[in-house]
Amino acid sequence: MKAMLVAFLAIAVISVGADIALDYVGFSTQEITSGPSVRHG
Amino acid sequence: MMKTLRALLVLMLALLPLLPAASAAEERAVGGSEMRRDATGGAQTLEDILARQRGERIDDAFRRDATGDPDSAAAVAAQLGTLGGVSDAEIFRALRYGSADVTVSAQGPAAGVVIQDAGMRWLEFRRGPLRVYGGYLLLGMVAVLALYMLLRGRIRIDGKRTGETILRFTAIERFGHWLLAGSFILLGVTGLITLFGRAALIPIIGKESFAALAYASKWVHNNAAWAFMLALVMVFVFWVIHNVPNRTDLTWLAKGGGLFSRHSHPPARKFNAGQKIIFWVVILLGVSISLSGLSLLFPFELPMFAATFEALNALGLPQAVGLGELRTTLAPHEEMQFAQLWHTIIAFVFMAIIIAHIYLGSVGMEGAYDAMGSGEVEKQWAKEHHSIWYEEVTGEKPAATGGSAPSPAE
Repeated sequence: MKAMLVAFLAIAVISVGADIALDYVGFSTQEITSGPSVRHG
Repeated sequence: MMKTLRALLVLMLALLPLLPAASAAEERAVGGSEMRRDATGGAQTLEDILARQRGERIDDAFRRDATGDPDSAAAVAAQLGTLGGVSDAEIFRALRYGSADVTVSAQGPAAGVVIQDAGMRWLEFRRGPLRVYGGYLLLGMVAVLALYMLLRGRIRIDGKRTGETILRFTAIERFGHWLLAGSFILLGVTGLITLFGRAALIPIIGKESFAALAYASKWVHNNAAWAFMLALVMVFVFWVIHNVPNRTDLTWLAKGGGLFSRHSHPPARKFNAGQKIIFWVVILLGVSISLSGLSLLFPFELPMFAATFEALNALGLPQAVGLGELRTTLAPHEEMQFAQLWHTIIAFVFMAIIIAHIYLGSVGMEGAYDAMGSGEVEKQWAKEHHSIWYEEVTGEKPAATGGSAPSPAE
């Protein structure tokens, strides 16, 4: 049971970590597909 | 005489409804043969339109290549000279067939594609057969399991419980399993919300609520995918050695694993043939769904289908099943559409199989859940379901330690 709960916690940590990490290294779709002449927002 | 006349009248009346159809067919035949390409000035003919309506493929080179001729343009001051030898219709054809020289501010291979008509086929398949057959597959599996439970009941531990347990899965093995299972369920549920939400949830919860749910689903789906991929690698490393097929599996399969007859317990090692099938299905489908998922996670960056189609063409597989050569030049969006369809088809098959796995690992079999719950299983359960593994771990012969009489099938 403990292994299961730790695994579920790990899913949350990995998910948030992946989101932050991909954003940090510039892998957001917005950054990949836009240029300086494109206005966002 | 009257009888003969009456019979003729009946026959004529019966044939009457067929007359317009016959004359229409005649017109079509005449029209088709008369409508030659030069008669339409190079435009499509009635026969082209009818063929498309019949779902047949036509050679569209007459339109695809008719994109104007700047070299023979009229002088700028002449009539229509400012068009540069390319009419509006020709510009749109070039855009549609991807041969126009498009310059855009946005980056990426997809930005220059302005018209992409394969999108309609994708959309229709996605909201039609994909949802319908996928939904039936999942409901069908639930129905089959419900029927199985009704007929077979819960698979109980046959012998007397010993009250002692042995370790079946270590903490790290269980962690890997639950990392995979938890992320799989999250991905499955959020994937179903994404596919069915527009049709099934908006009418119930409204557009505002669904917008928030869809956004959250997408975030969870994109990010929990990494946990799934990590767990897939973990379980492969942990268990591949135990899942190499051997001769014991043939005996197990020949006896249906004891699933369809009471008190039958064919011998098995750590994993029986059924579990080995689940393992390899999880690995193969897991790798496939991860690859198409990565292609979707990084839009247009990892196209895979043109190369896959090329490899399949080289093997001759599509030709063998009558599909002909698959197209190997795909628009960037088409790559994404194929990835999305493949991802979903695999997901449905995967979910159907895992539903059966969840059933057998929980309510379907007494004592099975403990293996992944505490990691410790009742000795009697181990003797019955994994007799060879039990002997390897404890050094005891299952039959000698009592409790389980040789099953009729053995």
